[in-house]
Amino acid sequence: MIDVKHLSKSFGDHLVLDDISEQICPGDKVVIIGPSGSGKSTFLRSLNLLESPSGGTITFDGVVITDPKTDIDAVRRKMGMVFQHFNLFPNMTILKNITLAPVRTGLMKQAQAEELAMSLLKRVGLEEKASAYPNQLSGGQKQRIAIVRALAMNPQVMLFDEPTSALDPEMVGEVLAVMKELAKGGMTMVVVTHEMGFAREVGSRILFMDQGKILEQGPPEAVFGNPQHPRLKDFLSKVL
Amino acid sequence: MEQYELWKALLRQGTDLPFWQDFYVKFYQAFFENNRWQQYLKGVGTTLWVTALALALGIVLGILVAVVRSAHDQQRPGRKNPVLSAVNGLCRVYVTVIRGTPMMVQLLIMGMVIFASSRDFTSVGALTLGINSGAYVSEIIRGGLMALDPGQAEASRSLGMNYVDTMRFVVIPQAFKAILPALGNEFIMLLKDTSLITYIGGKELLYAAQGIYGRTYEAMYPLLITAFMYLILVVIFTWLQGILERRLRQSDRR
Repeated sequence: MIDVKHLSKSFGDHLVLDDISEQICPGDKVVIIGPSGSGKSTFLRSLNLLESPSGGTITFDGVVITDPKTDIDAVRRKMGMVFQHFNLFPNMTILKNITLAPVRTGLMKQAQAEELAMSLLKRVGLEEKASAYPNQLSGGQKQRIAIVRALAMNPQVMLFDEPTSALDPEMVGEVLAVMKELAKGGMTMVVVTHEMGFAREVGSRILFMDQGKILEQGPPEAVFGNPQHPRLKDFLSKVL
Repeated sequence: MEQYELWKALLRQGTDLPFWQDFYVKFYQAFFENNRWQQYLKGVGTTLWVTALALALGIVLGILVAVVRSAHDQQRPGRKNPVLSAVNGLCRVYVTVIRGTPMMVQLLIMGMVIFASSRDFTSVGALTLGINSGAYVSEIIRGGLMALDPGQAEASRSLGMNYVDTMRFVVIPQAFKAILPALGNEFIMLLKDTSLITYIGGKELLYAAQGIYGRTYEAMYPLLITAFMYLILVVIFTWLQGILERRLRQSDRR
């Protein structure tokens, strides 16, 4: 589904992603772990070209999205993204936050979008917040709305960039619950996170990144139960 | 009335009158005699008209320049648009030249060189002020666009919305709220700077005052009246701006 070949990215002299090749298949739940500054967020953001790679190619559904001639907006409509700081639009109500993109991109009519938005809000238990503004919500609620907003585009893959890192500890659970439900529903997911419990439980594959490289990868049992790379052993001994 | 004529005559002779009599005569002369208040009001009308024209032109120019410049700065490497780069260069020259030269000099150049043959000094003045204001407004807007959390635009683009929709629905409404105090400031400066067009013969408020003290040889009261009128205008607009700001703050309530 997503095919990354020899991806590299540098900010000036600093090499953030170093020749990464990786494949993500439909239904995969790829969880990326690693220390700060390891390039995991940059890697995730490269997948929908929020960061433009310095080299290499990314193919999504047969379309080379790193090609300058590709209509990146059309590609992004199929990839949902959830940010660490939610990035809800504070100048709009929750309902408008969710319906804006589907309506503006011509995916659906306003009434249809609102119907979908309400059913998605119900799924995350926030339907009574439809007419509230983002600033009236808690962090956990905001992040659940942000997930709903991305889902309203009917994406084929969801990218999560540290979705629980900016939350109060007691709100982490409610967001992870929504993500787990999403995973159960068969959504293809790529998740950058520090939640090792979530990675172990939901991940179909764990990627461990450091210094812009994927140092080790495999199913959660292998990565957590029997780590090979010394850097990974060291990392796990600190976070587990 | 008789009192006025009497006191006026006394003043002419050089008699020292008590302050309130002196004030009465000079103020009456400056404001009511020969229906002079109408000249001030006409001047205020022109001032507002010039301000409105200049503001409209300034905002249109400002938005254009700000959008071109920030669009240019946000281009993806390898997808640089040569047309956009050229227009961006033009915008930078415009901002540099306008901000780098005094308003007064710009007015004189426009009024006495470029439009030397035009008799419509007021319009030339409005045009000059608009062009001048555009450079400042563009920097205000650009500041607002840059100050907004880039995550907002990223979220919008990640949902597949294009650049124009992202600007229209997400970035500009939020940036506008943030820059409103600065824009209000620019508006007030503009309102007061209209007095400068007097120097190329624009018939606004200060021009009226000058005409009056040119006849009465009493500069103090016409000028004080003019100052007071500007002050009133500014106070009214500041109040209106406050109302607008409160309305825009709706979504901030918690």
